[in-house]
Amino acid sequence: MFGNDITIPHLLIFFPLLAGLITFLIRNEASVKAWSLVSAIITLLISLASIYYRHNPELSGLAFNYEWLKYIGASFSVSLDGLGRLLTFLTAFSFPVIFLATYRNSYKNAKAFYGLMLLSQAGLMGVFLSTDALLFYFFWELALVPVYFLCSRWGGQKRIAATFKFFIYTFTGSLLMLIGIIYVYLQTGATSYSEHSFSMQAFHSVSLIPSQQNWLFWLFFVAFAVKMPIFPFHTWQPDTYEQSPAAVTMVLSGVMVKMGVFGVIRWLLPIFPAAVATFDNVVIALSVIGMIYASLIAMRQDDLKRLVAYSSIAHIGLMSAAIFTTKQLALEGVMIQMFSHGVNIIGMWIVIELIERQLGTRKISELGGLAHTAPVLTIMLVVIAFANIALPLTNAFVGEFMMFGGLFKYSMWYTGIAGLSIILAAVYTLNMVQQVFYGSANTLTSGMREISTNEKIILGVIVITIFAAGIYPQPFFDLTKDTVAEIITRFK
Amino acid sequence: MPVYYYIFLAVALFSIGVIGVLTRRNAIIVFMCVELMLNAANLLLVAFSKMHYQLSGATNPHAAGDAQIFVFFIMIVAAAEVSVGLAIIVMMYRNTHSVDVNFLNRLKN
Amino acid sequence: MTNIVQIIWLIPFLPLIGFLINGLGRNFLSKTATGVIGSGVILISFLISVLVFFSVKGGNTEVAHYFNFINTGSLKVGFDFQIDQLSSLFLLIITGVGFLIHVYSTSYMHEEEAKDFAKYFAYLNLFVFSMLLLVMGANYIIMFIGWEGVGLCSYLLIGYWFKNNDYNNAAKKAFIMNRIGDLGFLLAVFWLLNKLGTTDYHQVFALVADTQKSQLTAFDITGITLLLFVGATGKSAQIPLYTWLPDAMAGPTPVSALIHAATMVTAGIYMIARSNILFTMAPTTQGVIAVIGLATAVLAATIALKQNDIKKVLAYSTVSQLGYMFLGLGVGAYTGAVFHVMTHAFFKALLFLGAGSVIHAMGGEQDMRNMGGLKKYMSITHITFLLGCLAIAGMPPFSGFFSKDEILAGAFAKNPVLWVVGVLTAFMTAFYMFRLYAMTFSGKFRGTHDQEHHLHESPAAITFPLIILAILAVIGGWIGIPEVFMHGGHRLEAFLEPIFAQSNVIAEKHELPHSTEYILMAISVAGALLTLLYAWNKFSKYEKSEEVETGFGKVLANKWYVDELYDSIIVRPLRSLAAFFNNVVEKNIIDGFVNGVGKAVNYGSRQIRLLQSGQVGTYVLLMVFGMLVLFIIQLFL
Repeated sequence: MFGNDITIPHLLIFFPLLAGLITFLIRNEASVKAWSLVSAIITLLISLASIYYRHNPELSGLAFNYEWLKYIGASFSVSLDGLGRLLTFLTAFSFPVIFLATYRNSYKNAKAFYGLMLLSQAGLMGVFLSTDALLFYFFWELALVPVYFLCSRWGGQKRIAATFKFFIYTFTGSLLMLIGIIYVYLQTGATSYSEHSFSMQAFHSVSLIPSQQNWLFWLFFVAFAVKMPIFPFHTWQPDTYEQSPAAVTMVLSGVMVKMGVFGVIRWLLPIFPAAVATFDNVVIALSVIGMIYASLIAMRQDDLKRLVAYSSIAHIGLMSAAIFTTKQLALEGVMIQMFSHGVNIIGMWIVIELIERQLGTRKISELGGLAHTAPVLTIMLVVIAFANIALPLTNAFVGEFMMFGGLFKYSMWYTGIAGLSIILAAVYTLNMVQQVFYGSANTLTSGMREISTNEKIILGVIVITIFAAGIYPQPFFDLTKDTVAEIITRFK
Repeated sequence: MPVYYYIFLAVALFSIGVIGVLTRRNAIIVFMCVELMLNAANLLLVAFSKMHYQLSGATNPHAAGDAQIFVFFIMIVAAAEVSVGLAIIVMMYRNTHSVDVNFLNRLKN
Repeated sequence: MTNIVQIIWLIPFLPLIGFLINGLGRNFLSKTATGVIGSGVILISFLISVLVFFSVKGGNTEVAHYFNFINTGSLKVGFDFQIDQLSSLFLLIITGVGFLIHVYSTSYMHEEEAKDFAKYFAYLNLFVFSMLLLVMGANYIIMFIGWEGVGLCSYLLIGYWFKNNDYNNAAKKAFIMNRIGDLGFLLAVFWLLNKLGTTDYHQVFALVADTQKSQLTAFDITGITLLLFVGATGKSAQIPLYTWLPDAMAGPTPVSALIHAATMVTAGIYMIARSNILFTMAPTTQGVIAVIGLATAVLAATIALKQNDIKKVLAYSTVSQLGYMFLGLGVGAYTGAVFHVMTHAFFKALLFLGAGSVIHAMGGEQDMRNMGGLKKYMSITHITFLLGCLAIAGMPPFSGFFSKDEILAGAFAKNPVLWVVGVLTAFMTAFYMFRLYAMTFSGKFRGTHDQEHHLHESPAAITFPLIILAILAVIGGWIGIPEVFMHGGHRLEAFLEPIFAQSNVIAEKHELPHSTEYILMAISVAGALLTLLYAWNKFSKYEKSEEVETGFGKVLANKWYVDELYDSIIVRPLRSLAAFFNNVVEKNIIDGFVNGVGKAVNYGSRQIRLLQSGQVGTYVLLMVFGMLVLFIIQLFL
């Protein structure tokens, strides 16, 4: 079946999948870690190759089809476009960073932990690559299930309740989407089953009357809104982030929330253009409310993880609002912001993890004065925190600037209100920086040690990425030009 | 004889069986009523088989027995059921000294 | 000219290099090395700026393109620098005053540990870098990069002594208030982008002037300029966003001199002067600017009358002087505003550095009630400080006189009421500055014996910048001598002419008769002289008393209770709202709904479970009913 047809998109899915399965067979914890790290780095190299050879369709080209469930019109088809390259690169970049940052953590039954992590990586890759609706759904769940087990087995004290909430939320959304997929599938092609198809082209060209679009839109939207998450579908997120082990939180927030954003861009916008034009106002209003709401709540959090979780909800709200404007400027901003958000938030989690590992607490009220004994950690955190509030010349600025600019073209007033979150973000971020790092050290925090060299290197990589993408963001725009152009022509 | 005679008889037998199952507590009688319902079904199968054979004007005499084969299946199944069911009832009587079906509600809760 | 343009990137790049060397090498570099690197890069930038200054005198504007910052189908932003008269003037101020303050800092901060010393210089260099980006950018986005960058550096430097939480709060307040302004700036940029599709200065200004082509309505221009002005109120500490600046005095004194007096706070004036054509076309906004500027000038001056902290007085004085500059911008006296930026940079930096020298000698004491009689001990500081006071009080022929006079003349031409209030503010300025001077330098020493023993003149690294700045504070105004005194004496106006040419065409220029101008000058100089003598007389024999301020004095001493007002109408309600969202909406309403669904499912299943009674008869009965229902459906439906 494969032979010389094997291509980069396949490797991106099957390599982590195989690596994950192999991990289950390894006995010794040290080798499990080493193997996972090596395999994650190889995946990163494959992903880099996909970007390097992007003009060579033979190696990383457009579409690949294998018959999968032929009699119902589903195929194993994957392809790489600009958005796919960007997000698979984000996925591939995140995992080695996460593995390295949590290298010192020791897990019970490490082989299962790392195996599940790699399986979820394969699922994520599949989500970003598949061009078949059923396959997309399959990978969507494949990415979710390992995370469920990871949280429920290795999480914090209230992990069962949190995981259950997470699972029910996302699963409800997924099932609604499945109904939607099947309905749209039945509308494709002619009347007989043999002509129905799950392929993306068929879905994108299916003609639905506005009344059908209007209710189908919500079936898909809820699934993606839960994942992103958008107000008011967000309450699983702080609980889950708080309870998950650090590595899983990083995957969830850095990469998995992008599944929702990706889903909207790849599936929702092209299939239901009329419904998008009808409901854009509602979605943007929800997103903007969510931005302010989450920013205000973030001001009241004492747990660092919950603070970052709410801050992430605010940032994602902006991305969602920007997408639904369907303005070119905004969409270009979303593209780079998806990457930036992932990098920044993973950086945040790493810093929090380093603090918690040493001091055993994430409570802002119990911390303080870390800058005295850990100046390098402080510098790194300050850079990441300022990237988080989109200071110019950091990566998030370009994206946020363009998204706000696009939103302004849609509505001046929404932009004005949403802009308040810029101020609120400064408030809670600086409060956090001040209370955790500045001031005088207390009995607990005076025992803080400076981070080790390899931790410095990891954070250094993140900080360098932040500046590189902030000073010269052009490669990201070039990479995702095609995806943006496609959406824009659809909404002309 | 018109086929509806058989139908009435079968319905009557079946209803007696149903009512018996519903109302009686004695496991053996319940059991017998189940047999009654099975036989009502058998009767209908035989009757319809005969009727359809005549109506279709078929000439092959072997075809007359096509549907009646099922009756033998059912009888075999019923016999198997009796052997297993009676064994259960015997065991039940040994353990509880009763054949009252309502007594056996231990699965509840 | 072309040669210079090829190396202008060095001007901001060198401070960036300084930042990187000092920042990364802070654990290895000695204090001397740090100081030399930190100051040296600024000196070289200054020298290049001088070359640039002389090259643009011819009147041409040069734009240098480096790379595309953003280049997509919908937005093109180049990383471009623009060199013209306005930016070259600011370059001189930033690098020139900046260099002097770096030199000053090498001595002032000498007691810090080597790595903190390096951190300080790294931040200072980063600040200069950001400020240079701000003035050199050839579009609003590059300007915004510098705009936020200086805010960041200000945050880092105010909170330089991060052990003290009051300082941290001041830093945070500064950043957040700046952010509020930044939001206004950003919205204005979006508006421009939306209407014009570009943020490049030359394109924007060309389009704005040609309203037919750009289809900008009066509403658009007013909206854009008002939002830009909101940005300026944040950065340049105007009502309602001025309260961060006095708190920002928590930073080291040279920082106050550089950032919170000479350069960063003038960014708003630079921005408006740069976009003068936009503002000239929006008379409503101009009126708002003039009124807010004047109101700020008065408010800050009244507060300064009653402050006892030497740096606080200077801080409020800065807010007040910035208000003057905005008054100038509001009445269309752009040259006057820029002129005042320049002279203010000289004398205010001088005053802050002088105050720093005093504080240094007093061992960290900032309360003027504990000073007095310092002229015996520190003669250079004393003389230079006196010159600075005379300059800010508007005494001829010191620099402040010329620039302030130009703004006031512009205000009079617009509306005599503005002039009256402006002059009264000038009298107050003279009063509080000489109160400050008298309480600090004359009378007899009121501090402790230890302090008295410790009093000394500061070392050369501190007095050298003081002397240079004092010379500039005296003669700096001579490049802008008004027409009434000397024909062609206003060389600055001629120099800046190309920048404001478009505006001058649109706005009719009010030329005051010479006699009126003489009278106005006479009034303001005489009044200021009287008030300063009065202040001198009153405070030179100041005795410490435990008298508590009452009545109106108390209101002034408490800064009109503006901080308390903001706290109760903005900060607290916002916190309560956040608490309400967190405790009620999030936990009870949204999560309540989600958990409610779960509970409902649980409850329902508990009820339905009762059907499984365990009675065989019930099951059979249900089965029969089921069959009957199926029959009925089959028969009748």
